[in-house]
Amino acid sequence: MTTAQRDDEQGSFGYILHEPESGATTEVVTESVDAEERQPLFRSEDLLLNMGPQHPATHGVLRVVLELEGEKIIKATPYLGYLHRGTEKLAEGKTYNQVIPLTDRLDYVCAMANNYAYVRAVERLLGITVPERAEYVRTIVSEMQRIIGHLFWLGTQALDIGAMTVFFWTFRERELLLDLFEALCGARLTVSYFRVGGVDPQGDLTPEVIAKLRTFLAAFPAKLEEYEGLLSENRIWLGRTKNIAVISAEDAVNFGLTGPTLRGSGVNYDIRKAEPYGVYDRVEWEVPVGSHGDTYDRYWVRMQEMRQSARILSQCLDRLPEGPILADIPGVTYPKREKVMTDMESLIHHFKVACYGFETPPGEVYCATETPKGELGFYLVSDGTNRPHRMHIRAPSFVNMGAFDYMAKGYLIADIVTIFGTYDIVMGECDR
Amino acid sequence: MPDLMSVVTTLAMIVVVFGAVLLHVAYLTYFERKVLGHMQDRLGPMEVGYHGLLQPIADGLKLFFKEDIIPTGANKIIFTVAPIISLVPALIAFAVIPFSDRGPIADINIAILYILALSSIGAYGILLGGWASNSKYSLLGGLRSAAQVISYELALGMSLVGVLLLSGSLSLAAIAQGQAGGFWHWYAFAFPAPQFVAFVIYLLSAIAETNRLPFDLPEAESELVAGFFTEYSGMRFAFFFLAEYANMILVSCVGAILFLGGWQAPFDFLPSTGWWGVFWFLPKVYFLLFLFFWIRATLPRLRYDQLMRLGWKIMIPLALANILITSFLAFVTR
Repeated sequence: MTTAQRDDEQGSFGYILHEPESGATTEVVTESVDAEERQPLFRSEDLLLNMGPQHPATHGVLRVVLELEGEKIIKATPYLGYLHRGTEKLAEGKTYNQVIPLTDRLDYVCAMANNYAYVRAVERLLGITVPERAEYVRTIVSEMQRIIGHLFWLGTQALDIGAMTVFFWTFRERELLLDLFEALCGARLTVSYFRVGGVDPQGDLTPEVIAKLRTFLAAFPAKLEEYEGLLSENRIWLGRTKNIAVISAEDAVNFGLTGPTLRGSGVNYDIRKAEPYGVYDRVEWEVPVGSHGDTYDRYWVRMQEMRQSARILSQCLDRLPEGPILADIPGVTYPKREKVMTDMESLIHHFKVACYGFETPPGEVYCATETPKGELGFYLVSDGTNRPHRMHIRAPSFVNMGAFDYMAKGYLIADIVTIFGTYDIVMGECDR
Repeated sequence: MPDLMSVVTTLAMIVVVFGAVLLHVAYLTYFERKVLGHMQDRLGPMEVGYHGLLQPIADGLKLFFKEDIIPTGANKIIFTVAPIISLVPALIAFAVIPFSDRGPIADINIAILYILALSSIGAYGILLGGWASNSKYSLLGGLRSAAQVISYELALGMSLVGVLLLSGSLSLAAIAQGQAGGFWHWYAFAFPAPQFVAFVIYLLSAIAETNRLPFDLPEAESELVAGFFTEYSGMRFAFFFLAEYANMILVSCVGAILFLGGWQAPFDFLPSTGWWGVFWFLPKVYFLLFLFFWIRATLPRLRYDQLMRLGWKIMIPLALANILITSFLAFVTR
């Protein structure tokens, strides 16, 4: 097989939408050979540029088709679905507990937050409450996850704009928190740590984990200042983020934006405050709100949120009560491990919960949770069996992408990558 | 008619300089990865050889054995020639660089013009490579590069004028000779008109000329995948890569000669003849190269329009003002 043949087979897959013209010119000059054809001497057309799904900066498999005039964006159309795995449909064939690992793979950067959002919906359907310590542990891990998510976001956003070093520095801190997750539940990314009625009873916060987390929290503010030292007053960074992808508060609400993307525009809406869950109403913290709705404000909001998360974490650690971390609700939660090992009835009970799961009362429920990306909502329809009749996921990344064209129009091609970044988009969640 | 002996000596010098430059290029990649690595809290290459010392050789071998791919619809001739157009000027420019007081391989009296001319030819390689690849990313990268090189060559050329006014020569050897007698005679700090501003403008323009961060727009990986060499692989890719690093060494050498005294020792009681010249010259070059990496580790990338604004609205007026002030001071103190 010659090189030419092989190139023909691979062809122009993926990056050229129409027939490749020689040299892929932006402006075609055609000489009017025949006056009757009435072809203009100069014909200009917009350059159609296909970005992704294989592109180093589209955060996974996002594909955007850009209509360009020079380097200016006339229209940006996102095409989604390259990572569609049918999570919602898959959930219909699984018991409620078996869905938890599926939720890990939605926003794979922040699995804990997805777990939390899902089990809260199921608990609301069942009408059960979780023990005090479990609430604290849940809040602690979800705030750790928020810091991880924002660190990940900061690193990738900075890398997209060209500041390589921040990426490695944020991953250094992220690693410490992931190690703690590993200590809690054995996994670092796809954790499946939450259970309906609490959290994994084998993964309680041990004194060692608490000590390590406190060490981390003591050092973390200095690290944040280190990142900000590279970025916040850097004129190039300001030039690349200020007045870029501006969206007004009104438009942001109309597009259904949530999370830091919304708060950057000056809308004070955080589900943790508006509709408190966990122990968010028992600790002191503030919702950072931006004012201009540009990329810089969203950057600022996320940086402040990390500080607030650290504040929540240290208060939670101070007040962490003793007690069980999984509710004891026969038929719904697993029996204690020691009993399963020694007691016949408990073994059967465990077997039943693990294999058949539990039945939920018929009805429907929508439960929204504030994840690092925004409002992650689970809408569950139950027909009284042990499986969800229908599960719908309101994914913040997906809804945020709706505003993409609006926010990208008129900016330059270089700004496209900062706009992906500013949503903190994760395609696993977007495509589901 | 030159005698046989001088031909042989010249050939030997070419071989030595060429080998030294290529060795430097290879180990510059290693140096860059190590510097970046340590600035970013990691180790850089560690696996191949002691502390990764054989990494450049492994990389070179890998690229050498890669399949040679010419994309469909590419203009084969231009696609093949472009990397060569890029690399050759970068290498032959070293002919006029004096590494010590023995002078360069070819001591021509218009050395600076020669270097400026060659660096413009190198830009053709990038432009043609981007155009011939039949890829929109390459095309955009090539166009950006053309605009960037034209803009920054003006600032670069003008930043040199001050030095030329002070030295009264276009020959690099003569310019370096004129800075003898301690670091306060180097043109970056010299008495009648210190060329410090010109030095900064030169460095920034040089970074832009060599397409390095924060001015690496022609190859901005987050926007244009790899810019003009998106479609290149194997040895052709390596040629572009070598050209970029050879250019970095070249601009660092020129910067060291024009502004930092070339082979002259920092104090006049220290010897700067013969091999001592090389001894003083290389650290200056390495320092400038280190600056390249330091800046890369620190700064984000400018946007295209911001780059143009910086070039036309700030750097060129500053360079012009520098010329005016320098000529005035040089005239007054003559």
